[in-house]
Amino acid sequence: MTLEGKDLTFRYPRRGASPVLEGVNFSLRSGERLGLSAPSGRGKTTLCKLLAGWEAPESGQVLLDGVPLARYRGFCPVQLLWQHPEEAVDPLLKLRDTLYEAGPVDRALLDGLGVREEWLERYPAELSGGELQRVCVARALGPDLRFLLCDEASAMLDLITQARLWRFLLDQAEKRNLGMLIVSHDQSLLARLCTRVLPGEG
Amino acid sequence: MSNRRKSTLIWLSLSGVLLCAVVLAGALLGERAITADFTRKNLPPCPAFPFGTDWMGRDMLARTVAGLSLSIRVGALTALASAVLALALGTASAALGGWVDGAVSWTIDLVMGIPHILLIILISIACGRGLWGVTAGVALSHWPALARLVRGEVLQLREAPWLRMSRRLGVPPGRLLWNHLLPHLLPQFLTGLILQFPHAILHEAGVTFLGFGLSPEQPAIGVILSESMGYLAAGRWWLALFPGLALVGVVALFALVGERLRLLLAPASAQE
Repeated sequence: MTLEGKDLTFRYPRRGASPVLEGVNFSLRSGERLGLSAPSGRGKTTLCKLLAGWEAPESGQVLLDGVPLARYRGFCPVQLLWQHPEEAVDPLLKLRDTLYEAGPVDRALLDGLGVREEWLERYPAELSGGELQRVCVARALGPDLRFLLCDEASAMLDLITQARLWRFLLDQAEKRNLGMLIVSHDQSLLARLCTRVLPGEG
Repeated sequence: MSNRRKSTLIWLSLSGVLLCAVVLAGALLGERAITADFTRKNLPPCPAFPFGTDWMGRDMLARTVAGLSLSIRVGALTALASAVLALALGTASAALGGWVDGAVSWTIDLVMGIPHILLIILISIACGRGLWGVTAGVALSHWPALARLVRGEVLQLREAPWLRMSRRLGVPPGRLLWNHLLPHLLPQFLTGLILQFPHAILHEAGVTFLGFGLSPEQPAIGVILSESMGYLAAGRWWLALFPGLALVGVVALFALVGERLRLLLAPASAQE
């Protein structure tokens, strides 16, 4: 499968005329791990939002195997791991409801991520960022997932947890032939993880 | 903070108990409120009739309680109806956008642009006056402020990453609404509902006083006040004073509870 962005242009409303992204082309194949690193404010996060269908581009298209992403109903095959996990879960729901919102989650997945049963009885404010992010990863790794976009997904974790998370994700990606986009400021991390690293401009 | 929470809870349960007591007493005293007895007419307040009697010898205490009970029932019904309407329209407006948003926003501006009392009288007359006329009038004129608040809140929630995430995880719209939007709207809804209540009671009494609301044979506070106007000049002050005080008391109590609840739930003052 291929995830493509064609001639993407996007600007945020009420922020003057200059677009964040202009005529950006992007392509990611299954099994590929693409690294992306660019200075702040270049639209890395915006690109992720467009590719995951959070925002619609002003012009251009996001295609999954040639089909516009917006046509997919139900669980979107492209999922985004948000930079701030505490913003990615409903603050008023217990983690159990958040985790199983998209359907059942494989027990092995939860064990592999080290998600503990007692976390699920708590509210998001009662867990740390790293714990929340692991719940978010578990729920994004649904059976229909094909592409995972990681936007600074490990920035809130300590080094050991980071290493564990990435090892787990790489393992999943290889087993299931997932395509991954990894956005990070950490060049050495990208060098370790990715099959291809995009330089400079987002 | 916990102090305010505790005292608000006490006030809230106190008003709830009072409400139920008045409604219950109103139902029990309904017969006494309309029983005329010309042997005891125009009595000033005395131990047997603490609120006095009127020109037909009717017990004013019974009439006041019965009237208050009617007002409370009308008030609760209209406050609930207008708050639900506000919730539904505000949410639909923000969630659906497009022409729905345009239509709802236009209606909000329209309703807010017409003086309340005028609108209530018009709708009440159009609906044939009486209980349902007043209820419809007050309910249909009081939703815009809350609807606008709910609309703004939903617009903001829609942008939240967790909501976008849930949507892309394939959660159907109905469940998004039920699990994610409604719990976040509950504080606004409850505060709006309780603050709407005294408004509704006052307007009901006002419209009835002006003669466009409940029919004269019903012992409503508005009817009692309007009838007593003719006897004030004759020095029968008790006919208006006690029912008026009772109305003001109930309204003040609910305004107080609503205000406390608002302070407790509004983010700006919640942590004080």
